[in-house]
Formats: sequence, C-alpha cells, structure tokens
Amino acid sequence: MSCWDTIQDYAFRSLGYGADRLPRSDFTLCEQITLIGSGMIWNIYFGLMALVCGFFLALLLALGKASRHWWLRSPANTFVLIFRGSPLFIQFFFAYYLFLKFKQVGFGPDWLTNAWAGALIVLFLNTAAYSAEIFYGALMAVPRGETEAADAYGLSGWKRFRRVVLPTTLRLAWPGYTNEAIFLFHATTLVFFSGFPALQQRGDALYYASYFADKTFNPFVPYPILAVYFILTTLAIIGVFGLVNDRLNRHLPQDKRAKMRIRPQIIR
Amino acid sequence: MAFYASFGTVLLLLAVTAPIALGFGLLGATAARSAFVPLRWIGKAYIAVVRGVPDIAIFLFCVIALDQAFEWIRHQILCPNWGQPIRQGNDFVVCAAAKLPLSSAPQWVHEGYGFATAVLTFAIVFGAFSANVLFGAMRAVPVAQLETATAYGMSARQSFWRILMPQMWVYALPGLSNLWMVLIKSTPLLFLLGIEDIVYWARELGGTKTSRFTDYPHGDWRLWYFAGLLVFYLAFTKLSEIVLARLTRKLSHGQATTGGDALRNAA
Repeated sequence: MSCWDTIQDYAFRSLGYGADRLPRSDFTLCEQITLIGSGMIWNIYFGLMALVCGFFLALLLALGKASRHWWLRSPANTFVLIFRGSPLFIQFFFAYYLFLKFKQVGFGPDWLTNAWAGALIVLFLNTAAYSAEIFYGALMAVPRGETEAADAYGLSGWKRFRRVVLPTTLRLAWPGYTNEAIFLFHATTLVFFSGFPALQQRGDALYYASYFADKTFNPFVPYPILAVYFILTTLAIIGVFGLVNDRLNRHLPQDKRAKMRIRPQIIR
Repeated sequence: MAFYASFGTVLLLLAVTAPIALGFGLLGATAARSAFVPLRWIGKAYIAVVRGVPDIAIFLFCVIALDQAFEWIRHQILCPNWGQPIRQGNDFVVCAAAKLPLSSAPQWVHEGYGFATAVLTFAIVFGAFSANVLFGAMRAVPVAQLETATAYGMSARQSFWRILMPQMWVYALPGLSNLWMVLIKSTPLLFLLGIEDIVYWARELGGTKTSRFTDYPHGDWRLWYFAGLLVFYLAFTKLSEIVLARLTRKLSHGQATTGGDALRNAA
C-alpha cells in the first residue's frame, strides 16, 4: 500500500471517514504520521472553539471581578476560583459523570456525554476562567492617566469602556493570553483520557499516538511525531497572535511595542 | 482504605518531586546561560521542547522510554553475550537478568519502581518549567550587583554562589509558586502513568456495586467521588496560596523591589 492510499484511508479517520479499522500490525511511518495528523483535527477543533467562545466569557468575568457590586463580583470570583483551583483532568471526569447523570434522569440533550460537546464545554469554561484572571490583571493595570483623559474628553460609560479601557486592556493582556492559548491547545490532549469515550476509535492526536506506542511498544516514533505537530501548532498560534498583537499596538512606535515572548509567571 | 492511602501517594509524590524538579530546573537554567556553547544549546533545547509539547504526551512517553532506557543499559552491562536483537518486531526483549524490576521481586518493589519512574517523569517535565522560570530570574538580578562582585575580585563561580543565587529567589518566586500550583493540579495525571492514585480509586469505588461482590451495594457514585476530589484540590490550592503569600513576604524582606519597599514602609 502506497503512502497516498494510506492518506486517503486515514486522513479523516478521526472524523469517521475512510478506513473502518485502524492498522493492526506492521505500522509504517506514513500510517503513523497520517493518523496522528488526523487526530490533530480534534485538538484544533477543541482549542479553537474553546478559545473563541471563552474569550467573550472571560471578558465578562473580568468585568465582573472588577465590578463595584458584590453580587457581580462574588459569582465571578467563585467561578474563577473553582476552575483555576482544581485540575482540568478532574473537571473532565466530574463533568462526564455529571452529564451521564443528566442523561439517566433525562435532563437536557443527550449528546452532552459525547466528547465534541461535553469536553468542549469543560474546556470553554476552564479557559474562560484562566483568561478572566489574565484580563482582570490587565484591567487593573490600565494607566490612570488614560481613564482620566477619557473623562476629560467627556467619554463615559460604554463609550469610555469601548474606546479607551478595552483596547488598553487587550493590549496589556495579549502576551499572557497568547500563553494561555498555547496551553489550552496542550490541554486538549486530555479529553480522550478522561472518561469521554472515543467512539469507534475516533480520537485526538495523543489518542492515536498512545495507540501506536501501546501496539509497537516503541514510544520513540509516535511521540516525536506528535511533538512535531504540537510544536508546529504552537508556532502557528504565536504567529497569529503576533499579528493581532501588531494590530493592537499599531499606534505605538516600534520599540515601545510589547514583545511577544513567553512569560513564565503566567503559565497555567 | 486504599482510597485514603492514595491521597498519601499524591502528597508523597508532591513532596519528592518538587525538590528534584527544582534541581533539574537549576541544572537546566545554569546550562542555558552557560558560556560553553553546546551546553547552552542543550539547556535551551530541553526547555523549549518540554514546554512546546503537551505535558501528558511527555508523561506517556517518558514512562515507557525511561523504562526501556534503564533496561537497555542494564542489558548492555549484565548480558554482553546476548545474541538476539532487542527489538523483535513489536516486542522489546532484554535478557531476564536485565528486567526491571526483576520478575522475582516482591510486589512492593514493582509498585516502588512504578512510582520512581513517575517521579522522574514529573521531575523532567517540571524541571524544564522551573528551568525557564529560574533562567528568567537569573537575568532579572540587577547587572550592577554582578559587576560589583567582579569589581571586588570574585571569580565567576564565587559571584554565582554568593551574589546571584541568594538574590534570584525573590524574582523566581512568583513563577515558582505558580509552578507549584500547576504541579498540584497535574498530580491526577499519575492515573495515566499506571499508578493506583486517587483517580483510579475514585473510579473503582464509585462504580456501581451489587450486593454480590460487596457488603455495601450502591449505585453509580463516581460523580460524588469526583466532586470530593474537586473539593480536595480546591482546598489544597487555597492552602498553598496562603503559605506562598507568607513565603513571598519573607523573601521580599530587605530586597530592593516594590514588595521590599512596601515592607520597609509598613515597619
């Protein structure tokens, strides 16, 4: 079987298209690269969806944390504490059994126990909590001079927030948020190891990598392939977020712009 | 009973791993800023690769890889006259004397060996993270301090041990305390490494029990077991936060940082 056939069979295997069975023996390098790459579709799906949805919830939570009203502040604080204070792995397990319970008592839609929905909800809430903390820190770091200037220009309420506070917050938070995005993509590998079943062996990249490692008892091939895929993803994230960073800082002189570099204090 | 003991396993893992990982971190950070180029590359590559790849991938990789590496080394030493290749198709075959742990060893040796590889794996991953933090902290120490040390005639080694080391901790502490939180939160991954930890027992004990197998039949309680674990971890991180805040206060004492100034002003 040529490599091209393998790609046709397994490129979309993680979505349920192509060959029925996974390869059983005599694994070729091509099979491993294709199948692990196919699993990356799930990682990118989870990462991207959670990131996009989580961004807005995170902004709301950050505003809630910064609110003057205790009835906004305390729910936001509790939410962030719960999701940042407990391991994502346990959250996945808990959510899975919770959704299973829902299914048994017939509450809510029954596709919640599927990974594509259930795990996505957990990842979404989780990344929202982490990003909320980053955005809150940035919100607190908005220079007083800028809000005073906004007041002096007669801006208030929504306009002041939209035109002055929000852009500065995003600008300050962006390097930290990039970090969060990278670690979110890494966290997506946990999904299929935490209760959520991989139906018909449709799993993510790590699921396939560990499948190969189990079958061949040789970890030195599949895991480096996985590593290369993830390093490429990380580079892509840094690239895209770097473009957004340039856009956010476009009014600043070149040398004043916040550089995109990894900040060790804010890893999750 | 084993369920409660597994909490001990988690705490033991944390207690053992943290210092080892810090040691790995120090080695990595000093390697990454070494004047000797290949060593610097090794240090930087170590940090970059481990940070760039999802940690569970490394966990899953290291446990098998370390085991095979140990067995391979022992195989080379103990059985020099072994004729067959080690990789036979899908099998990894070493001679019986090189097996780790020996197949005749008692059960606790097997468990201990599994735990030791888990600790080493955690140390490798978190070593890279802490190397990154310490690398940043070493660069944050004001250059003037080091220049003064040189001016006083200290050698590179002396200024490293007497000036850099004592001062870098306060810069490293925010990163390290965050890392400690991350370490706490990654302990449930022990489950993936084949250790019978709290996740394992929560799944085992919480599962549906019928009266045929146990005196205490109950339905599916896994939801409640995992809720309990969530609370355990929440309490543990909260406690760590309080302790680390105290430690930060202590380390900031007398330092030329904002935190140190605040303490001086308060006094």
